[in-house]
Amino acid sequence: MAARRVSSLLSRSFSAASPVLSRSQGRNGYNGSRMVRRFGTSSAAEEIISPSVQVSYTKLLIDGNFVDAASGKTFPTLDPRTGEVIANVAEGDAEDINRAVKAARKAFDEGPWPKMTAYERSRIMLRFADLVEKHSEELAALETWDNGKTYEQAKTAEIPMLARLFRYYAGWADKIHGLTVPADGNYHVQTLHEPIGVAGQIIPWNFPLLMFAWKVGPALACGNTIVLKTAEQTPLTAFYVGKLFLEAGLPPGVLNIVSGFGATAGASLASHMDVDKLAFTGSTDTGKVILGLAANSNLKPVTLELGGKSPFIVFEDADIDKAVELAHFALFFNQGQCCCAGSRTYVHERVYDEFVEKAKARALKRVVGDPFKKGIEQGPQIDSKQFEKVMKYIRSGVESNATLECGGGQVGDKGYFIQPTVFSNVKDDMLIAQDEIFGPVQSILKFSDVDEVIRRANNTRYGLAAGVFTKNIDTANRVSRALKAGTVWVNCFDVFDAAIPFGGYKMSGNGREKGIYSLNNYLQVKAVVTPLNNPAWI
Amino acid sequence: MASRRVSSLLSRSSSLFSLRGKDSFMNRGTRRYSNLAASLEDTITPPVKVQHTQLLINGKFVDSASGKTFPTLDPRTGEVIAQVSEGDVEDVNRAVVAARKAFDEGPWPRMTAYERSKILFRFADLIEKHNDEIAALETWDNGKPYEQSAKIEVPMLARVFRYYAGWADKIHGMTVPGDGSHHVQTLHEPIGVAGQIIPWNFPLLMLSWKLGPALACGNTVVLKTAEQTPLSALLVGRLLHEAGLPEGVVNIVSGFGPTAGAAIASHMDIDKVAFTGSTDVGKIILELASKSNLKAVTLELGGKSPFIVCEDADVDQAVELAHFALFFNQGQCCCAGSRTFVHERVYDEFVEKAKARAMNRVVGDPFKSGIEQGPQVDSEQFKKILKYIRHGVDSGATLQAGGDRLGSKGYYIQPTVFSDVKDDMLIAKDEIFGPVQTILKFKDLDEVIARANNSRYGLAAGVFTQNLDTANRLMRALRVGSVWINCFDVFDATIPFGGYKMSGIGREKGIYSLNNYLQVKAVVTAIKNPAWL
Repeated sequence: MAARRVSSLLSRSFSAASPVLSRSQGRNGYNGSRMVRRFGTSSAAEEIISPSVQVSYTKLLIDGNFVDAASGKTFPTLDPRTGEVIANVAEGDAEDINRAVKAARKAFDEGPWPKMTAYERSRIMLRFADLVEKHSEELAALETWDNGKTYEQAKTAEIPMLARLFRYYAGWADKIHGLTVPADGNYHVQTLHEPIGVAGQIIPWNFPLLMFAWKVGPALACGNTIVLKTAEQTPLTAFYVGKLFLEAGLPPGVLNIVSGFGATAGASLASHMDVDKLAFTGSTDTGKVILGLAANSNLKPVTLELGGKSPFIVFEDADIDKAVELAHFALFFNQGQCCCAGSRTYVHERVYDEFVEKAKARALKRVVGDPFKKGIEQGPQIDSKQFEKVMKYIRSGVESNATLECGGGQVGDKGYFIQPTVFSNVKDDMLIAQDEIFGPVQSILKFSDVDEVIRRANNTRYGLAAGVFTKNIDTANRVSRALKAGTVWVNCFDVFDAAIPFGGYKMSGNGREKGIYSLNNYLQVKAVVTPLNNPAWI
Repeated sequence: MASRRVSSLLSRSSSLFSLRGKDSFMNRGTRRYSNLAASLEDTITPPVKVQHTQLLINGKFVDSASGKTFPTLDPRTGEVIAQVSEGDVEDVNRAVVAARKAFDEGPWPRMTAYERSKILFRFADLIEKHNDEIAALETWDNGKPYEQSAKIEVPMLARVFRYYAGWADKIHGMTVPGDGSHHVQTLHEPIGVAGQIIPWNFPLLMLSWKLGPALACGNTVVLKTAEQTPLSALLVGRLLHEAGLPEGVVNIVSGFGPTAGAAIASHMDIDKVAFTGSTDVGKIILELASKSNLKAVTLELGGKSPFIVCEDADVDQAVELAHFALFFNQGQCCCAGSRTFVHERVYDEFVEKAKARAMNRVVGDPFKSGIEQGPQVDSEQFKKILKYIRHGVDSGATLQAGGDRLGSKGYYIQPTVFSDVKDDMLIAKDEIFGPVQTILKFKDLDEVIARANNSRYGLAAGVFTQNLDTANRLMRALRVGSVWINCFDVFDATIPFGGYKMSGIGREKGIYSLNNYLQVKAVVTAIKNPAWL
């Protein structure tokens, strides 16, 4: 049961499903007359499918128990397909964060978590991964319900990756080695790689469970305890897997989960004096606030995974059909709600027209509808705020004279569905080429040579990822080094294996998650020096 | 010419000079010292000329844009050594432009690592060639004993650069197992332009901890020196260029924190900032980074490091090293062993011997041979320390020795020892950064662990015991970045240094410091028909 790769899975599902669906569900493209916002769209958005799962957990998980918020307050979590309430969830605030930190502090300072053997910790994480697989369908249904992503994606890509990531970090638990260090004299020097303590983790709504895995996996493997704040849009699945962790044998207080809002629960976690480390995934603007709060409180080290405006560069020698398909995937995957979305599609001038034509055709074929329906490629955006923001950027694109090749409007009249939208003739100084849109809006730009595209690709405050499409090894090697981005995918995109580090240059963040690199985020280094009497060697 | 270890040299020098008699300060009311006198009276003329006082930008010594200068003072007298160019925002901007160009277009990250390493090795050779001149300048500007500068610090400067020169061509990325048909590799790339802000207590060593790894990894640098000690960095900056460093790779700006320092921390074209200094300023630096471009930040900040003497320790050795741990460098060490916890069974003996040792400490003109302690760096520090001493007296700690200034000019302070110190006294909580030892009593290990960790700081600790179980237990339980067992202040180039808690973020020295100056790039390529995965 190896976890399957998002990209291969998605390409597979395209080739299997989309021809059939695209024929039977013809949609009218939006072809030029700007004012029209009419789309005859899929019936899928019309009839709402009932999710095959119950919401069992809506309370905060603190010290091994599900509890109400101290204030007793709740907030509604909404179904993005309709905007209707799924459930009311306990609303954590500063007092709840304090309770959670206290539990985490105790589980760290007095144990048992960091005092267990690493092997015991790894066994609990492995049992958890087994439970994730056992409950795969409920988890996937809950994730889709709360987030709006397609059930097929949740079920066949993301939940297996959740298990895969925990098995990966379970394997690290007993392989965290310090060093013995050569000294300049008669001293025995060693380094201990110790858990930091209580980790505060704040995760976003676009991949609730995968972000949970990226954060919780390495923190637990290294022996830390955790207070995790979920996004207010998607609080449900984390509680569910929190329950599975308890079943797997995780001691109370090791993992505490607080649902709530950034300005209250998030801020109190970031500024807490008894939290030793903070990891945040979200927007660059919020990341700056988080780091400021850490600076003004106890100088906790901060890992940030922030926004992006990642270039996807198609050279003239690329396999155009594959590049079109992957550029489409790079942008539209997960309703365009990816921090590493390939949101600036740079295409060489010799293949530009062909590329635009094919990209438009591909977007027009994209199947939008109820994410629980089989064969659906794109569900609704997460909420009305994101929906409005994306629509605003589409208007901005039109107004700044980019060519709207297709899409541009809402799909249906309820929920937050947006037509797959493609702009061509986009210029670097347009807002749609500079800001993170976080929606299904592809911007295609033209370039003439390598120097130019390197410079333009790097001319952004972001530096999260990049796609490079070429058959030429010199081009691939040169561009890979020149791009200031934390991930370069060459002739592929969104490959997210557990072992591959992910993170940003510049204002896309600090630090790396996944792989061996993420362990650094959750370890302190202690140097221990002892004098040697009459050493056999130095 | 191996560099010599601070601790071994200092114990040697202390045993050499401990026979010199000094009158001690016994009864609290009086502030009279008849001491060492002679060495304070005649100020020795330093055997060095100040050659460089301008900013070093793009390979050239230049005036500040404003034309302003500030005086750098001799801590022995408070008199002006030289007027130094005062860098401000515009100068930092010029330096960043030069560093940016040297990185984005320049030869530095495009040279082979071997070429970079050869320049750093040549620089280390030049340091040795100019050892005495550099040491004299360091002592003149800072007040530390010349013997310490010439025999320990300047050799360690060369040693640290040779260490990082050796790393330059050994920075490996990884190839990474994929879960499918992809070839995965990581590139460990230089970050770009590093801003570095260094303190005045070890001007050249802090320069080496910062510049060594930054240059080895292929970055370019804008370095701000402390306004108290701008001189030695400018001299070694010239030597770096003599060694073949291309222009713009290292730019040195003298100036003040709120102007030049803040400009570095908030600069949008600086990719990384490393700071060593106080915790309060560290918080400002991190906040400026968060409000500007989220540049990665390394912080080496304050400490209140416990020095724990268990009942089975070799008391004489513990006394000597506890003395050294606190008084070294006039007590101006971030990792000073400034909370001396002594087990109750050996407490009285320890206090008696610690007091005797402090009274034997030789204070005087740092250029004089045999001097163990020079003046504090400036009047601000001097006053702050005297304030803490008054605080100790007022809060009921027992003043065993010292307690006042020494002589009538410059910033000399008597080696001061307090016993019967309680955890809640300010002198047991704040970083004093001066020659004031505070001795506390403890009964058992659980208690001393809890008390040692009950601090916002977590920089270092000393543990004195002959018992292996005690050593192993304390070494894990103490929440600090360095634990020295039966030793203290061992600072080999390979040993990482840095803080837990509010003592900082990140590690310097050793292999760990490379992380501070590298970005990790994952490169993933689709592969067809792979022979293996």
